[in-house]
Amino acid sequence: MSEQRSDIVLNVRDLRIVLDPSGIDIDDDVSFAIHQGEVLGLVGESASGKTTAATSLLAYQRRGAKVSDGHVDIDGTDVLAASRSALRRIRGGLISYVPQDASAALNPALRIGDQLIEILNEHSFGSSGAERQARLKQMMDEVLLPSDRAFLRRYPHQLSGGQQQRVAIAMALANRPKVIVLDEPTTALDVTTQAHVLDTVRDLTRSYGVSALYVTHDLAVVACLADRIAVMYAGRLVEIGPKEDLFIGAYHPYTRRLLAAIPDITGERALHGIPGWAPRPGQRVAGCAFTPRCDWRLDKCATDYPPYEGPDPDHQVRCWRWQEVKARSYKADAPLRVKADAVCDTVEKTVVSVRDVTAFYQSKEILHGVDATLCEHRCLALVGESGSGKTTLARCIAGLHQFKIAGAIEFQGKALARESRGRTRDQRQAIQYIFQSPYSSLNPRKTIRQLLAQPIGIFFKLDRDGTEERMVRVLDQVALDASLLNRYPEQLSGGERQRIAIARALAAEPTVLICDEVTSWLDVSVQAAIIELLAKLQLETGVSMLFVTHNLALIRSVAQEVAVMNDGRIVELGLVDAVLEDPQADYTKALLADTPTLPAECRI
Amino acid sequence: MSRGSDAGLDPLQPLGTLEPLESLEAVPLVARGRREWVQTIIGAWSLRRTKIGFSMFLALFAVAVFGRYVAPYAPTEFVGPPFSLPAPSYWLGTDFLGRDVLTRVLYGGLSVFVLGIAATLIGIVLGVSLGLVSGYARRWADESIMRMLDVVLAFPSIVLAMLFVSILGPRLWLIVLMVGISHMPRIARVTRAATVELVARDFVRAAAAVGVPRRKILLYEVLPNISSPLLVEFGLRLTYSIIMIAGLSFIGFGMQPPSADWGLMINENRIAITIQPWAVVAPVLLIGALTISTNLMADGLARAMMGIDRDTAVT
Repeated sequence: MSEQRSDIVLNVRDLRIVLDPSGIDIDDDVSFAIHQGEVLGLVGESASGKTTAATSLLAYQRRGAKVSDGHVDIDGTDVLAASRSALRRIRGGLISYVPQDASAALNPALRIGDQLIEILNEHSFGSSGAERQARLKQMMDEVLLPSDRAFLRRYPHQLSGGQQQRVAIAMALANRPKVIVLDEPTTALDVTTQAHVLDTVRDLTRSYGVSALYVTHDLAVVACLADRIAVMYAGRLVEIGPKEDLFIGAYHPYTRRLLAAIPDITGERALHGIPGWAPRPGQRVAGCAFTPRCDWRLDKCATDYPPYEGPDPDHQVRCWRWQEVKARSYKADAPLRVKADAVCDTVEKTVVSVRDVTAFYQSKEILHGVDATLCEHRCLALVGESGSGKTTLARCIAGLHQFKIAGAIEFQGKALARESRGRTRDQRQAIQYIFQSPYSSLNPRKTIRQLLAQPIGIFFKLDRDGTEERMVRVLDQVALDASLLNRYPEQLSGGERQRIAIARALAAEPTVLICDEVTSWLDVSVQAAIIELLAKLQLETGVSMLFVTHNLALIRSVAQEVAVMNDGRIVELGLVDAVLEDPQADYTKALLADTPTLPAECRI
Repeated sequence: MSRGSDAGLDPLQPLGTLEPLESLEAVPLVARGRREWVQTIIGAWSLRRTKIGFSMFLALFAVAVFGRYVAPYAPTEFVGPPFSLPAPSYWLGTDFLGRDVLTRVLYGGLSVFVLGIAATLIGIVLGVSLGLVSGYARRWADESIMRMLDVVLAFPSIVLAMLFVSILGPRLWLIVLMVGISHMPRIARVTRAATVELVARDFVRAAAAVGVPRRKILLYEVLPNISSPLLVEFGLRLTYSIIMIAGLSFIGFGMQPPSADWGLMINENRIAITIQPWAVVAPVLLIGALTISTNLMADGLARAMMGIDRDTAVT
């Protein structure tokens, strides 16, 4: 970066991080600078090396990784060359770190007050104990937590997730560092809590002039927080620039595709995934790693890595064809969405009806008299934060709830038994469930062939050829090749695994497909592709779908109706477009307001 | 991202849901031998301790099985005065009846091996079945099985074995069974712990949801996934089996005279340990070497399974 401004606080040059014995690069050629009081959003998909790069700013590498080249300079201090004792002063003093999961980062055996004082003592903050106590109070005020004795005497497990994350932020800011590295600090939080934590971070960086590196996979989150954005792909920075420039005029094909893959809550734009998946360290081609997924690729892309170029020193791109990408309008890459209209009104089309269902977890009531109906050929989205009971409701319908249920769940007019074992084979076949995590829903010791053969073997009497034919057909439906049949799940990417899970459900030829947070473990670009696939399958096969999600922005792309859940009750029920454009319940309004979204200008 | 799912239904799903730890190599088109226990063995074999342990085990096994064909005398043949010191015609001297110690050592290993392995297998079969059922069923079935095993665990295993052997007489099948039963509770606990963790995984739920019978879920969904800890447990229990079988022989509940057996030899000849130590030292060294070898193998397997020595820089 040829950065001319003088108030640079953090400067990273040519950072290269490799795996220790093998020398395979995790990050290569990473250079950026952060000015005083500026928030730089570092965006990338999983395994893009963003966290590795971020922790290197504190001269920390996870086991097996090491810095092989490059400089990290914070306010005149060369961090990577610092001695052990100097590092102790730098970390938490000059630069500090807020981890992704505060519940795991706070010491569960220490009261939070003690943990906060510890970091002040460690860095000899101030001159007296009284001064440290005063600073402690101030810190708690800064992150909007109570600073009374009773609160400080609590243990981390006595705080909520959002409060824990605030404590972690207070800790990071304790010694007034120059730079703070935030590593996906809101990923584990609900939207509402996330919105509050983001507000706190923004206010603090503004009022104290702290610079921040905000690492995230979610462009929508940095959109409302960062001043500048750096996009990483496969261990390299592909584009860096001011937020406005990047959202209006992204010049790297990857940035553009990434923007198109972000679910849009206004629902103007259709969701578009990127085919394939991001390569992991060791899988990358010599040139630009995005080449295999890129629409703009040239022959030289695979062999030569483009240099940093760009319209101005502040906005840099690494793509051979950025001028051409720049010339092409956004609209061409972002088709609009087709809106749903018809309403489900007649009673005889109902497939699953849930009437006055109350469910328990052990002896605790977690669903309170829920009523819902799922109609033929429709997709009902079930939206809510964690703990709202949406997954419980889905599991009750699927026969996977292990505790007491009161009320009636009917399938095509016949009452369903509580557990799947009590249901008839036809009922089990008709209702298929896709689990949240494709990393745990596929038996790692079975080949794809064995996985798909299971439902086919149970529900249909087919000979070997018939089974094989059926398997090839369902793989084709989920856009996978039949050559995958002999592989094991661990040989597939997360997106491919989820497709296998969908194929397994389809193999049973269900009437109702229940999708439980099926994209929450996947990258944004893969998530979009899976959503596209589900919407297409629903249209083609006419299956009724129950789509459970916490992400309001997703539902426009797949569902026609939505039920918003809060605290075990359905608070709002209606057509997706109607509910999102004109929410009636206060809870829905709050949820909509808290959902991070892209700035209006890049929605086209 | 969502915080797992509702109301703590899924305590096992980690929060950091975005960066799955699994690695993705350049995916080969042909499936490799991906069985977990094969992987564990391959991993263990790369450790020196496993190689040493296995070589020792193999050498001792060869001695026990083929030693009898090179033995200079018959095991019950009197070759000299009792407790003779080593001489050219009997390299390790003679025992308390004047039989050749070397010959008896070469003959006396097979019983330790056969009985030890058989007892361990019985323990594995019993323990794994109970552990699987207990871990999958939970609630009252789990409680009753585990509390029953606690009772077995409460008796020192050697005392339990002595009790039954003294009632029913020193029969070999009984000794093997008792040693196996004494392993059962610990193996069942290991199996149960691994099963409980797996049963909470979604693929087990998925199988249950389409109506796979419980027995098939346990055998085909759960068991293949816990093969590694069971392999380690087998190695560990084998060590204890050998010690117990030799110990029972020593106190007179195992192999009966005049058969050649390492444990029995120690007992028979210990009165003259200061005069003719070789009759005791030779079987002691061999039993010691055998337990060290099985222990090294078990340790190597355990390390490979837990990834202690594994290159952490997984790509």
